[in-house]
Amino acid sequence: MADSAAVEWTDAELIAAVLNGETASFEPLVKKYQPRVFATARRYARRESEVEDIVQEVFLKAFQKLRSFRGDAPFEHWLMRLAVRTCYDFLRAHRRNREMSFADISDEESDWLERFGADPSGASEYAAAARELVERLLAQLSPAARLVLTLLEIEDRSVKEIAALTGWSVSVVKIRAFRARAEMRKCLEKLAREKYL
Amino acid sequence: MNLAELRKKLLTAARAHPPGGDVPYAFEKRVMARLAEKPALDLFAIWNRTLWQAVAPCLAVTLFLGVWTFLVQRDNSRETLAADLENSLYAPLDNQTETW
Repeated sequence: MADSAAVEWTDAELIAAVLNGETASFEPLVKKYQPRVFATARRYARRESEVEDIVQEVFLKAFQKLRSFRGDAPFEHWLMRLAVRTCYDFLRAHRRNREMSFADISDEESDWLERFGADPSGASEYAAAARELVERLLAQLSPAARLVLTLLEIEDRSVKEIAALTGWSVSVVKIRAFRARAEMRKCLEKLAREKYL
Repeated sequence: MNLAELRKKLLTAARAHPPGGDVPYAFEKRVMARLAEKPALDLFAIWNRTLWQAVAPCLAVTLFLGVWTFLVQRDNSRETLAADLENSLYAPLDNQTETW
């Protein structure tokens, strides 16, 4: 059943096979969706070893909870919900390791900030230093703030989509988004203060 | 320093560089190998499951005892708790055989 050389099985067929006891049918599902899950995990973890752990955890949970997949939405949506919640659990488990200062930013990042301070249009948002800085900033936020800002401001998802992905109510998402923006503002003020800008 | 502009630029940088979906070689084989492993004994999960399984019988026993106690008390209508207490308290005073 899992041999996809001759026949392309649909997700529903593969899931039915897995639930019937054919564990090997889960492999095509892993192969199909792992790039998307890896991309999601890389938003929340920097080290590749951590990313691999997260992705593995997502697929193990998906296998264990497969019976709860009702099939009224595409499997990919269900899997991505699981992925987002696993990433959130990872952030919460590693919250003690959050960087607490901007003191050790690189020379490139420092130069980029100085260029921005002198003339905002002179600092390109496509520069690698800008990307590093935003990673550093996001790493300073609380897990909920980082998750909400990533989904809302970076991935451009609606509040309703975020509520569906995280399992939070719409009002909780709005409150967390408000607090996340305030947290980010405080981090930027701290960055400006520490770099004497 | 225009922090609002800085925030806007940094978020634009994050949007402009989405993370890649590259997958390590044969990652799906690793996942399948993990699935094939026997799961480690999760004592907490076993304890949790046992507690939940005990909920229904405990509730049934509680209900039974409650109903039984109610019925027994109703049958013993002459001897109420108040009467028992009074009898116990005055028992030494009612003892006529003892004198100073």
